[in-house]
Amino acid sequence: MEKTIAGKTITVNEEGYLTNFSQWDRSVAEELAKEAELTLTPRHWDVIAYLQDEHKKDSPLSIRKVGKSGVVDIKEFYALFPNAPLKTATKIAGIPKPASCI
Amino acid sequence: MKHLVILGAGTGGTMMANHLQHELNKDEWRISIIDERTEHHYQPGYLFLPFDIYEPSDIIKSIQEFIPKGIHFINEKIDKIVPTSNTILLANKEAIDYDILIIATGAKIAPEEIEGMKGELWHKSVFDFYTFEGALHLRNKLRTWEGGKMLIHITEMPIKCPVAPLEFAFLADSFFKNKHMRDKVEITYVTPLSGAFTKPKATEALEHLLTEKNINIVSDFAIESVDNDTKAIRDYGGREIPFDLLVTVPTNKGDAVIERSGLGDELNFVPTHKATLQSKDHKNIFVIGDASNIPASKAGSVAHFEAEILTENIVRFIKDEPLQEEFDGHANCFIETGNGKALLIDFNYSHEPVEGTFPFPGVGPLRLLKESRMNHMGKMAFRWIYWNMLLKGTHIPFVSTTMSESGKHF
Repeated sequence: MEKTIAGKTITVNEEGYLTNFSQWDRSVAEELAKEAELTLTPRHWDVIAYLQDEHKKDSPLSIRKVGKSGVVDIKEFYALFPNAPLKTATKIAGIPKPASCI
Repeated sequence: MKHLVILGAGTGGTMMANHLQHELNKDEWRISIIDERTEHHYQPGYLFLPFDIYEPSDIIKSIQEFIPKGIHFINEKIDKIVPTSNTILLANKEAIDYDILIIATGAKIAPEEIEGMKGELWHKSVFDFYTFEGALHLRNKLRTWEGGKMLIHITEMPIKCPVAPLEFAFLADSFFKNKHMRDKVEITYVTPLSGAFTKPKATEALEHLLTEKNINIVSDFAIESVDNDTKAIRDYGGREIPFDLLVTVPTNKGDAVIERSGLGDELNFVPTHKATLQSKDHKNIFVIGDASNIPASKAGSVAHFEAEILTENIVRFIKDEPLQEEFDGHANCFIETGNGKALLIDFNYSHEPVEGTFPFPGVGPLRLLKESRMNHMGKMAFRWIYWNMLLKGTHIPFVSTTMSESGKHF
């Protein structure tokens, strides 16, 4: 489905995740953060950059992996993106929701 | 003479020994399988032990009973895999060279990953049921437990048999009903996922069952610690849930030998090509079952489907032919729902579990994603199938290796 945000039209899936990363930019991220009732600080941006990097490398993401990244520990990750940090942070970063292996 | 070595004589390793015994030319290849254990456990049986549905003797047999004649069984601890020299080092200092290696070392629980989990309450008020010891201690506890707050908890994904904790919740509900004490027990299902399961349609069906059985659900709970003094679990977001009895599925990790050998990811699972089952780093190493990092369920049924494709790929590898990219992540799981009923789910990498009939499209007799007594009988019959067909590598009639899309309501 399409959605207008920060003056741009973006395509998202039913859970609100961008389906085309080329439509992502910092203003889109800031608007998505607002929807999650967050204001992005430099620490948020560090985490977003890390997640996007890992996604580019095709490397599967998990909370454990983020906690061991050296970018942020799990405690701070939760403080930055409360409740479900990985889901919220990936949505703002414009990358797919991490598939938990089942 | 060339040498094929299998590490681990659990479900995956034993099946590969049986398959390859038939496929490899005995004049050119010898096959060895290495495992330090002497018992083979039917791991799905751990679920039933705490409720006195199975006894230990239903679950345990001798490891050697299932290793075919002609295959060399080495009953020794593995110290290290050295892929640069194609060598296995054993704890007794012996070195074994291989031409082809199959890693089937499985996954294990690691309660020490969470602060306080393996504390003073471990196997007293905090239990796992993913080990024989844990399931047995829990059985003894449940025989005399008088009720209170019971939490059924998953630490983090991935775990072996991701439906087992749900089954445990359903069976606990039946167990306490039958003991006429359901009103004395508050059951809560605590998961790091956003819902009961990761796939939407199955989550919907399973959450409906949880509600029907009066089981609470707490989702998105990433545990930080177990407090042994106040008897509560705490998550990184600061949420706290008190318990009288905590039944947890601890972090699952690959075997420590993978870590010692530097072959694993952050959870000691071996990076593996998800369609061919070849190791990503070493062409002559293949991985089956729970030991790999492929995004499929860690379950015996998955290892069974993998074994048929891996056997074909080993034969191709020996002939220097391209590998088949055929494994589709196929899993087929019965989910016990209590009171003599069960659900059945059938899915793969790209198709989530849906309703329908199995294995015969439109006929059944098993029904997908719906509770039935027939499904429960299927689950109970599975133990026989496991010991008598699955481990021996016998093809299970009518169940295809790759998932069939017919008879399903996508």
